[in-house]
Amino acid sequence: MSSTQEIRIAPAAGPGSPAGSAEAAQPLLSVRGLSVSYAPPRKGTHLGTGAALADADLDVSPGEIVGIVGETGSGKTTLARATVGLVAPAAGTIAFAGDDIGGLRGRARRDFRRSGQVQLVFQDPLRSLDPDLTVAELVREPLDIAAALSRRERDQRVVESLQLVGLDPEAVLDRRPRQLSGGQRQRVSLARAVSTRPRLLFCDEPVSALDVSNRNLVLNLLDQLRTDLDLAVVIIAHDLSSLAGIADRVAVFYRGRIVEQGPIRRVLEDPAHPYTALLTASAPSVVQEDRLRPEQLKSAADAPTWPAERGCVFAHRCPFAHDACADQPPAQTLPHDPARRAACHVAATWRDRLAPDAPHAPHAHKESA
Amino acid sequence: MSATPATPSASEEAREWSGHTLEVRDLQVSVADGLVAVRDVSFAIRRGESVGLVGESGSGKTLTCRAVLGLLPATGHVDAGRIVLGDGDDAVELTGARRSTWDRVRATRIGAVFQDPASYLNPSLTVGHQLAEQLRTKRGLSRGEAHDRAVELFAEVGLHDPAGVFHQYPHQLSGGMLQRVLIAIAVSCDPELLIADEATTALDVVIQAEILALLRRLRDTHGLSLLLVTHDLAVVAESCDRILVMYGGQVVESGPTDEVLRNPRHPYTQALMGVATIGDWGRRRLDVIPGQPPAAGAQMPGCRFAPRCALATPDCTAGPVPVVDLGAGRTSRCLLADQLGDRAGDGAGSQSGHQPGRHPGRHVAHLDDQAVPA
Ligand SMILES: Nc1ncnc2c1ncn2[C@@H]1O[C@H](COP(=O)(O)OP(=O)(O)OP(=O)(O)O)[C@@H](O)[C@H]1O
Ligand code: SF4
Ligand code: SF4
Ligand SMILES: [Mg+2]
Repeated sequence: MSSTQEIRIAPAAGPGSPAGSAEAAQPLLSVRGLSVSYAPPRKGTHLGTGAALADADLDVSPGEIVGIVGETGSGKTTLARATVGLVAPAAGTIAFAGDDIGGLRGRARRDFRRSGQVQLVFQDPLRSLDPDLTVAELVREPLDIAAALSRRERDQRVVESLQLVGLDPEAVLDRRPRQLSGGQRQRVSLARAVSTRPRLLFCDEPVSALDVSNRNLVLNLLDQLRTDLDLAVVIIAHDLSSLAGIADRVAVFYRGRIVEQGPIRRVLEDPAHPYTALLTASAPSVVQEDRLRPEQLKSAADAPTWPAERGCVFAHRCPFAHDACADQPPAQTLPHDPARRAACHVAATWRDRLAPDAPHAPHAHKESA
Repeated sequence: MSATPATPSASEEAREWSGHTLEVRDLQVSVADGLVAVRDVSFAIRRGESVGLVGESGSGKTLTCRAVLGLLPATGHVDAGRIVLGDGDDAVELTGARRSTWDRVRATRIGAVFQDPASYLNPSLTVGHQLAEQLRTKRGLSRGEAHDRAVELFAEVGLHDPAGVFHQYPHQLSGGMLQRVLIAIAVSCDPELLIADEATTALDVVIQAEILALLRRLRDTHGLSLLLVTHDLAVVAESCDRILVMYGGQVVESGPTDEVLRNPRHPYTQALMGVATIGDWGRRRLDVIPGQPPAAGAQMPGCRFAPRCALATPDCTAGPVPVVDLGAGRTSRCLLADQLGDRAGDGAGSQSGHQPGRHPGRHVAHLDDQAVPA
C-alpha cells in the first residue's frame, strides 16, 4: 500500500465540530508500514507471520485524540511499546516530529525515551504506581529521569501538573496511592505523565478499571489536556461509547492489523469492516435501537477454515468471506469517504449480503448536518 | 434467547414465579473497625429471575454479594439481617452459618464468577482437571464420568474444541476463555443461584456480549437465578428482569429494569442514566456525576445522596429517609419519589423508550460546570 495516499484529518476544534475537513496538518506521529515481531521471523516465511503488528499506518496530530480499539492480543499495546522505543520494529518507520525514531538504537533510543516527549499511561494505577512513593515523588520521578530542570523548577512543575489534572496539590502531595480513590489515582498517573510536558500521550486502557462516572471524568480531563497542552493523544480502550465521546478518529485492530480507521463517528455509525460492525453490534446499550445483531455478523460454526498465512486476518470469523479473502486485502481509502480506510475486499458491498430480515444499518446522511 | 436480549420479559410468562431463590433482609455489613459499609439492604430473587445490582465503585455491591457467598474479607462482618437461600423445605439460613453449611451450599447451590478469572484457578493444574475435581468431590462422579461431563460442560459454555481445552493450563487460555471455564465450574453442580460480580468488565465488547448471552441461555436452560453485579447500566438493560440501584451502602431504587430505566424515580438513578452508555455514537459529551460518594461508614443522619443531589431540601438531611413502595414492584428511597419521573406515563404509552439526553437534566454536570474535588 502506498504511504503517500494517507489522508490527513485536521484535529477537531472542539467537542461537536465535525472532524472531516481534509486540511493538511503536520502529524506529530507518523507510523508507516510498521511491523513488530516478538519472536524473530523465521527465514523464508512471510514477514507478517507471527507478527504482533503487521503493516500498520497511523498518523496523530497535535491537539488530536485518536482512539484504538480491538480484541485482546491484537497489537494495540505493541504499537504503544514500539512508539516509546520499548521494542524495535521489524519493518516500517515511526516518525516523531519528522524524525525517524523507529531506527534509533542503543543510547540514542534511551535518550529519546528519557526525554519524556512521549509518555505512557496504563490501566491500573494501583499496579503501575509504586505504592511506597508519595504523590509528590511519583509526579516528580519522570522529571528526575529527564533531568532537564532545576530542583525548584521541578517542585513547581509537580504542583502545576497536579493542578492541571484537577487535584489540589496541598491535599494530595503527601498521600500514597492506596489513600486515593480509583479516579484520583488515575489523575495522579496523568499528572505524572504530563509533568515532562510530553507532546504525545499514549494511554493504554486508562479508564477500564473505573466506573462510568469516573471514566468520563478522566476522559474529559484528557480532552482538556490536549487543548491546554496541544497534546497529541492516543487512547486504547474497549468502551466504544466513552471513546466516541472524545476521540476524533479511531483505529480498529484485529490480529495485528489495523483493519479500519477514520473519523470516529462515521466509523461507528457506518462501519466499513465486518469486524468493526461486529464490535458496534456487540456494544451494550441502554437504548435498544434498531441495529445489527452480533449473530448477523458471525460466520456459521461450520464455516471453512482459511489459510492462516496469507488470508484476511478476519476470514476465520467473517460471514462474508469468499475466494478473494485467501489474500489479505490492503487498507484502502473508501470510495465514498476519502477520510476513511478499511482492509476488506468487499467493504462497500458486504451489507447487501446480510440476512434479509436485518434492520437497515444507520447511514452516513444522519451526521452530515 | 440471545436473539432477543432487549426483552427479558418475553419468556417471563413461561417461567415459574413460585418461591424465592434468595432473600436478603435488613442486611448490615461492616468492614475494618466497625465501619458500616452496607446498611439496611433488603431484596429477593425469584426462581429463574435475573437481577442486576448497579452502582458506583464503593457503593457496597461487592460486599453485598460476598456476604451472600460467605466470602467477606477478613475484616468484614455481617452485623445484622438475614440471608436465606431457597424456600420451603430447602431453605437455608446463611447468616452465621457454620463452615459445614457453607461447604454444602457453595458450588452445589450458589455459584460465582468474578472479574479476574485467572486468580480463581490453580495455575499448575489443567482447567479440565479443576472442573473434573469439583464434579468428583461435590457430585461423586467417577474419574471417567467426571471427564466426560467436564467436556460436555466446556462445550455448553461455548468453548471450541472442549476435549482439547480440558488438557490446557490457565495461562494457555485467553481472558474470555478463562471466564467460560469459570462459568462451567460455577454451574457444574446445578446451583440455583449464580452470582456474577463484574464478570465481563475486563473483556472486550464482543466477548462481553457473548458471555452475557451465555448467562441468559444458562438461566433459561437450567432455571438459574442470576445476580449480576456491574457498574454499567447498559449491561443490566440488556440482561436483567429487575434492577437494584445501590448508593452509599443502601439500595436506593429497585424495580423492573424496563420501567426503572424508562422512568427512574430516584435522583441517583437519573444521574446514572445520564452517564450510561446510550449507544449514540454521535454524542460528543461525557457527563459525570459531580461530587464523591460518601466514604464507607460515613455517619449521615439523612439521605446519603443529599450532598450530590440537586433536589435536596432541609428535610432530606433531617433524618433517615425510608424506602417508599411505589407499587408495581418498584421502590425508591427518596422523599420526593412521588414527584419524580412521569407517573402518568407509567406502563402506558411511551413506546419510543428512552430519549437520549432526556434524563441527564440538571443532575449531571459536564466537567466545565464543576469544580473538580481533590
Ligand atoms: N513481551 C512479549 N513477548 C512475546 N509475545 C508478546 C509479548 N507481548 C505481546 N506479545 C504477543 O503479541 C501480540 C500482540 O500483543 P499486544 O500486547 O500488543 O496486544 P493488545 O492488543 O495490547 O492486547 P490487550 O487488549 O490484551 O492488551 C499477542 O499475540 C501477544 O501474545
Ligand atoms: S476481506 Fe473477506 S474475510 Fe476479510 S473482512 Fe472482508 S469479506 Fe471478510
Ligand atoms: S431524599 Fe432528598 S436528597 Fe435524597 S435523593 Fe431524594 S431529593 Fe435528593
Ligand atoms: Mg494491551
